[in-house]
Amino acid sequence: MNKTGLLMTAVALVASGVWAQDDNQLVINGEIEIITDAPAPEYISGLDTIYSGWRFRQPAMQQLEMDDFENPASLAIDDAVEQWSMVEGSEGKSCASCHEDVEDSMAGVRAVYPKWNEGAGEVRTLANQINTCRTENMGAEAWKYDGTQMTGAEALIGMQSRGMPVNVAVDGPAHETWKKGEEMYYTRYGQLELSCASCHEENYDNYIRADHLSQGQINGFPAFRLKQNRLIQTHNRFKGCIRDTRAETFSPGSPEFVALELYVASRGNGLSVEAPSVRP
Amino acid sequence: MRRTLIAIAGLGLASMAQAQEVSPLNVAFDEYGEIAESLTGTPGDPAAGQKVMATKSMGNCVACHQITGLDAAFQGTVGPSLDGAGDRWEVAQLRGIVADAKKTFPDTVMPGFYKVQGFIRPGNAFTGKAGTEPLPPLLNATQIEDVVAYLVTLKE
Ligand code: HEC
Ligand code: HEC
Repeated sequence: MNKTGLLMTAVALVASGVWAQDDNQLVINGEIEIITDAPAPEYISGLDTIYSGWRFRQPAMQQLEMDDFENPASLAIDDAVEQWSMVEGSEGKSCASCHEDVEDSMAGVRAVYPKWNEGAGEVRTLANQINTCRTENMGAEAWKYDGTQMTGAEALIGMQSRGMPVNVAVDGPAHETWKKGEEMYYTRYGQLELSCASCHEENYDNYIRADHLSQGQINGFPAFRLKQNRLIQTHNRFKGCIRDTRAETFSPGSPEFVALELYVASRGNGLSVEAPSVRP
Repeated sequence: MRRTLIAIAGLGLASMAQAQEVSPLNVAFDEYGEIAESLTGTPGDPAAGQKVMATKSMGNCVACHQITGLDAAFQGTVGPSLDGAGDRWEVAQLRGIVADAKKTFPDTVMPGFYKVQGFIRPGNAFTGKAGTEPLPPLLNATQIEDVVAYLVTLKE
């Protein structure tokens, strides 16, 4: 975009009262184009435009996500690649035994999760599905829902969908769960009486002390969180945000967080999958 | 008479203030969300109030608000600037806003600093574990009065 174009976009943004930090474009490894803004889905009444959290970060941090050699999540990805073909459990199988090459078999998967599972009659997150494969197909032990192995596996599977638009289903059999998540999103938890919307819908692009508030999108999860120096999972982030309202949190993997994840994922329908992202 | 006076003096200042302190459960808000009476019965200390507002472990009001004259890094932008708050509001209004802002601004994101019950999934401070209502207020009566005393000085 030329200078005039940039300026005009800036003016338009100010005029409409929406102001993300910048107009930077995210391209990973010089080839994977990531959509970091898109029109809000019509069922989200509080937003006109949705933005990836990447747009709210400082350029130096943005840079870490533009090249996989700089992305600090790459070590965890290496471990996950090894884990992919590691035989475990009573059936003598690894993930690769059924799914072969992760790059081919897992492309597009992250973009549609959480998703309704007909056989189980419930909405499943990617982590739920991975654990079902482990216990039912491998005869192996379930991983801790937000443990290192699970988070690494999610990141590896997630990155096979980078650049593809998030597209979770909000109607059909998943609708009831989605509604539950929507209600949670607007519930003002804890002694501070703040909902997700208080910070991420009403106040995105504002600062809470030094923190530049994003829209709390999860298209980049699992995210490498520099503050914790590790990959963190969606439900860890939810837990931290609810704890910060001085509330009793829910547990990673709980039905409540599964519902919230479906709803929050749907708020990002149209943004690209960006996992593993790098965040403060 | 004399003996009573001596006895009261002997209780010490702290407990005298305690005796007059209004509990968070008995605060008298009027229909506009104002609180006419001091929560401690004694005037607040503006210097102490300034510290409460700027300190993360206390009021941390600058998480959301800006105050030009206040020495605190990274003042937030979620709430309006408080410059001139002492011109815009009466003491009773400021006390009401700090104690429970939702009585003045019904849908505000500003927390109630002297509110102790009626929460959804109340927690035990920032532990993420369940708390039992009534919770301790975010600020005690003395701190509220100190903050109010400081806000009154914010004139333009
Ligand atoms: C008191 C304010 C506050 C509340 C309430 C809050 N958050 Fe957050 N949240 C933050 C801050 C600060 C960050 C870090 C900066 C950012 O990305 O916004 C954050 C980050 C996030 C992120 C990471 C975004 C990214 O791109 O890395 C997600 C996801 C998120 N929040 C979801 C939620 C959800 C869901 C809720 C409700 C259950 C919630 N938040 C409630 C303050 C809050
Ligand atoms: C989470 C954000 C947040 C925090 C923390 C917060 N406030 Fe507020 N405050 C607001 C918002 C937003 C408003 C605007 C009222 C509305 O929502 O319509 C406000 C309004 C006010 C007003 C009236 C504004 C004016 O001048 O017209 C005062 C005074 C005030 N706050 C004082 C305080 C004090 C003192 C503290 C700390 C003890 C504090 N606030 C903490 C968000 C906050």
